[in-house]
Amino acid sequence: MKIYNGGKILIGLIVFAALFASPFYLNRGKATAKPELKIDTPEIQKLEDKKCVEPKEFMRAEHMQILNNWRDAVVRNGDRNQIIISGQKYDKSLQNGCMKCHSNKKDFCDKCHNYVAVKPYCWDCHIAPKEKKS
Amino acid sequence: MSMNRRDFLKIAGISTIAGIGGTALAGALKKGALVAPQTAPNTDALTGKRWGMAIDMSKLKSDESIKRITKACHRIHNVPDFSNTKDEVKWIWTETFEHSFPGQEHKFMPEDMKHKPFLLLCNHCDNPACVKVCPTKATFKRKDGIVMQDMHRCIGCRFCMAACPFGARSFNYKDPRLAKNLQEHMNPEFPTRTIGVVEKCTFCYERLVKGLKPACAEESNGALVFGDLDDPASEIRKILASKHTIRRKPELGTEPNIYYIIGGNDYAVVPEIR
Ligand code: SF4
Ligand code: SF4
Ligand code: SF4
Repeated sequence: MKIYNGGKILIGLIVFAALFASPFYLNRGKATAKPELKIDTPEIQKLEDKKCVEPKEFMRAEHMQILNNWRDAVVRNGDRNQIIISGQKYDKSLQNGCMKCHSNKKDFCDKCHNYVAVKPYCWDCHIAPKEKKS
Repeated sequence: MSMNRRDFLKIAGISTIAGIGGTALAGALKKGALVAPQTAPNTDALTGKRWGMAIDMSKLKSDESIKRITKACHRIHNVPDFSNTKDEVKWIWTETFEHSFPGQEHKFMPEDMKHKPFLLLCNHCDNPACVKVCPTKATFKRKDGIVMQDMHRCIGCRFCMAACPFGARSFNYKDPRLAKNLQEHMNPEFPTRTIGVVEKCTFCYERLVKGLKPACAEESNGALVFGDLDDPASEIRKILASKHTIRRKPELGTEPNIYYIIGGNDYAVVPEIR
């Protein structure tokens, strides 16, 4: 059997395969370790009872859902009731709630978001706190 | 495995019930889990049924006092200033009498009234044209009368800008954070907006929940009186009952809630006018 322009096709195929597989071999061995989040900001260290509004596992999986609910409550229903955890009151707010404790966006939000390659657009409008070393 | 029709239907029925019931149950559990452990009712908030404002123009005597008011609003709400009319974003601004109350000017009116800057902001209309046209419900009327703007939902179609007869809305043609004033100073307690959304005065809803008056009213030395128009005992109702006030373009039927005391006592020779 004869393939017309066989050489060119073969080279083309090799180039294609190489490009197609490039993410695999370029990233080989670079497998990033599971992100370690820092939750020892000065603000958190000051807390007597270091508790978030929900348990850690739940927050990890559902924080976006919580933020969504808070947004609906605050913006759409005007409900600004605060959340009490161990006597401590928290605003239902990303900028004036979450980030008041987690004042280390880079070592907290960004670490995971970069790892899983999501780009939430919260920060297009909400202002991140001045980065504090934890 | 062989199965007759009857068995097949039984199994199919049971799995359907299990499927629907299971998801409903899981949904209920998930919802339950999202309810925060304990909440503290917010008792500081100013509450009302129809927020409105009375603006006493005779108490706004200088350009500085007016600038202080607009600046106070724009500063705490991170409103960008691009210093050109095309990209202008404004929540509270000034216009001449003729442009504020078209059709009510006449050639014999006091000369300085013609040139006086009138303070304008969103009227938080009872019957808001902007809300009717918004395809995403990004702008909506709250129970307390505030015509609210939900930036998370706005798609920037600008229907509301075309509908509002008062020019109360501005579009972000540019990324607001690029504005020089915001690069120098941002209020860290309030968000900015992003390119491609429409914004306007929100009657300081974020201050009302803390029990504070709108920033413009606070900065005005009593010239701007904010209050609940549905409360007959409120200060604003007393003002409206005792002084002649006008509204912008009432003939359009949007029922604006910003009232203007035009004043003129400075020019009248009648000694005792209330
Ligand atoms: S003034 Fe314009 S933007 Fe404000 S509520 Fe009325 S129609 Fe809507
Ligand atoms: S620009 Fe935004 S607020 Fe205005 S009508 Fe469109 S979606 Fe609604
Ligand atoms: S009520 Fe608040 S948002 Fe509206 S113009 Fe006054 S200061 Fe600005």
